[in-house]
Amino acid sequence: MQVKSNNYTGVKKWVDERLPVFSFVEDNLTNYPTPKNLSYFWNFGSLAGITLVIMIVTGILLAMQYTANSDLAFDSVERIMRDVNNGWLLRYLHMNGAHMFFIVVYIHIFRGLYYGSYKSPREILWMLGVTILLLMMATAFMGYVLPWGQMSFWGATVITNLFSAFPIIGESIVTFLWGGFSVDNPTLSRFFVLHYLLPFAIVGVVVLHIVALHMHGSNNPLGIDVKSDGDTIPFHPYYTVKDYYGLGVFLIFYLGLVFFAPNFLGHPDNYIPADPLVTPAHIVPEWYFLPFYAILRAVPDKLMGVLLMFSAVAVLFILPWLDTHKVRSSQFRPYYKQFFWLFFVNCFVLGWVGAMPAEGIYVTISRIATAYYFIFFLVIMPLLSKFEKGRVLPSSIASSVLSDKFESAPDQSFAK
Amino acid sequence: MKIGFIKYILIFFLSFHSINLYSAGKADLVEQKWPFDGFFGRFDQSSLQRGFQVYREVCAGCHGIRLVSFRDLAALGYTNDDIKSIASEYEIEDGPNDEGEMFTRFAKPSDKFVGPYRNKNEARASNNGSYPPDLSLIVKARAGGADYLYNLLNGYKEVPENFRLNDGMYYNTIYPGKQIAMPQPIYDDMVEYEDNTPASQDQIIRDVTSFLAWTAEPELDERKSIGVRVLLFLFLLTLMLYAVKRKIWRDVE
Ligand code: HEC
Ligand code: HEM
Repeated sequence: MQVKSNNYTGVKKWVDERLPVFSFVEDNLTNYPTPKNLSYFWNFGSLAGITLVIMIVTGILLAMQYTANSDLAFDSVERIMRDVNNGWLLRYLHMNGAHMFFIVVYIHIFRGLYYGSYKSPREILWMLGVTILLLMMATAFMGYVLPWGQMSFWGATVITNLFSAFPIIGESIVTFLWGGFSVDNPTLSRFFVLHYLLPFAIVGVVVLHIVALHMHGSNNPLGIDVKSDGDTIPFHPYYTVKDYYGLGVFLIFYLGLVFFAPNFLGHPDNYIPADPLVTPAHIVPEWYFLPFYAILRAVPDKLMGVLLMFSAVAVLFILPWLDTHKVRSSQFRPYYKQFFWLFFVNCFVLGWVGAMPAEGIYVTISRIATAYYFIFFLVIMPLLSKFEKGRVLPSSIASSVLSDKFESAPDQSFAK
Repeated sequence: MKIGFIKYILIFFLSFHSINLYSAGKADLVEQKWPFDGFFGRFDQSSLQRGFQVYREVCAGCHGIRLVSFRDLAALGYTNDDIKSIASEYEIEDGPNDEGEMFTRFAKPSDKFVGPYRNKNEARASNNGSYPPDLSLIVKARAGGADYLYNLLNGYKEVPENFRLNDGMYYNTIYPGKQIAMPQPIYDDMVEYEDNTPASQDQIIRDVTSFLAWTAEPELDERKSIGVRVLLFLFLLTLMLYAVKRKIWRDVE
């Protein structure tokens, strides 16, 4: 096998020939060519990565004090809050970190939807992203069970019970998940083990996500390929400094929550110790699950609801084959753009009805919103791929940046 | 663009006023101003001490605060000796001793408050089948927080004519279902404050609510004072990073 030569000298050269740390950093972090027109929406990937690290560090520190036993869990969390030095800070960082993680990742996903980042040649990159989302959801769901409050307990009961909707094997699946015949101590300890494990699985998928990203580099707001060196700038210092700035803004929001409204996004009932004999008036999941919860409850049939809910995430996997339009960015797809924004608003509507009781007008709203969720992906996307005529694309990133300066292109140029 | 950002950040922080996402729509609560609200809000020690007195003289007959240790009372301004003597008013079961016997002893500052009942069943048996919950976390455990507690304690009204009140229940406009198993616990002048503050019903309720806000979030003072410094630092750092970013990107086009 041939030794890859490098331009280093001395120790650096010796090391790099044996373990390419220096050239790796150079290829992937410093010299790594990046489109020069990325907007602030491209900050959210690095923010998600940083949040993951924060979650793992705070999580491990919490785990040193936490007790995964149904008699002790609630009090062990309160002991962290009251008696462990800076324990309240750790816990609030972890708790609000989970909220921020979902905010960041959802923005990251909408960015991808808007700019067509899932299209060739980035299909696998996109699918790895959806895998991360699934793992995050599982992790957060199980993490929320750990403090063993009322919502922990009843959320776990409602969600695990969903599997009983499957014919024949349903009941056995639920017993298997619980490790018994109700949500109880065995459920809590297995959830803790998995909650500790899954974040490391996420790290693995994130690495693959980045490998896939670096095959073809970032997409960009114009959605056109990089054509020449004039279109790119080295990642360092341009995007490192931009990411640092983004991180600063992110931390203001995140730590603002932690220090001044640490329970703003959480449900008060979770400060009541779990009680299997008292059902809360409304069992609601954390906000980041609400749109999916709304889809689940939109249909009267339990099995259909469960299947629809899972399809709502599954449909993202096949997105690259539903939207086959050649133009990536919505900037050049006037019709797609409108349907996209409608979809965006629709997600908030779903989230809102998800928090409402499933009765009266809310059921109707949730059905309409659920219908649009799927129609957007399964009908509108394929149809637009066929019939939408995109606007004329700029010839290159560099030329577009220039013409932007002199005239307000590219908006006036509708293609035939 | 920068102005826009600052505007969003301000709106974001101002919206914190409504303590919780899930408490929106609790319109029937009359909002109160609390000294511990907002960025610079802190607990008022003398109010906490009065609230503690109310808790001990009124609520402790039926409710525990099992997550609070006696030594935590230092935050209310009590000295070590005060705390020792407060603790020694409580007896707790300990053991086994060298002979294998359980025994009772006076509480130490490191012990937690002992509730009025040995267990849930005794609590229910003494309260017509209703369970008076532990109050350590009550302010965090109800949508509306301190406002809820304030309104609840003030919520006892004349029973309207055609309202069907169940046996052993009391009419309360704030409690879900408008009837609660807790008799109105607070009236004018039912405590005599050690610091001679006039003990109107409103004053007593305010003080005990503040005290229970403290038992729910004993870290609040420390959290907010660190928080102010952290955010100030972050604002400056972020502004600086923005300037550096502008400078580095100056000649990209
Ligand atoms: C005579 C016994 C008694 C006293 C004294 C008493 N309570 Fe209660 N309290 C109860 C009972 C019983 C309940 C349960 C009510 C129910 O389930 O309907 C309760 C419930 C509560 C609740 C929960 C309401 C809810 O939203 O679920 C709060 C808060 C409360 N009490 C605060 C206080 C405070 C503060 C004091 C002292 C000022 C106090 N109580 C004094 C018996 C008492
Ligand atoms: C993918 C990253 C992670 C996410 C999204 C996540 C999410 C959550 C959530 C939502 C909670 C409940 C918060 C609460 O109400 O208290 C929680 C609690 C917890 N998590 Fe994580 N977590 C992650 C990683 C980790 C890791 C790596 C560990 C360490 C092994 C960990 C350990 C814990 C512990 C001990 C608790 C219970 C203590 C508590 O409730 O505050 N977490 N997590």
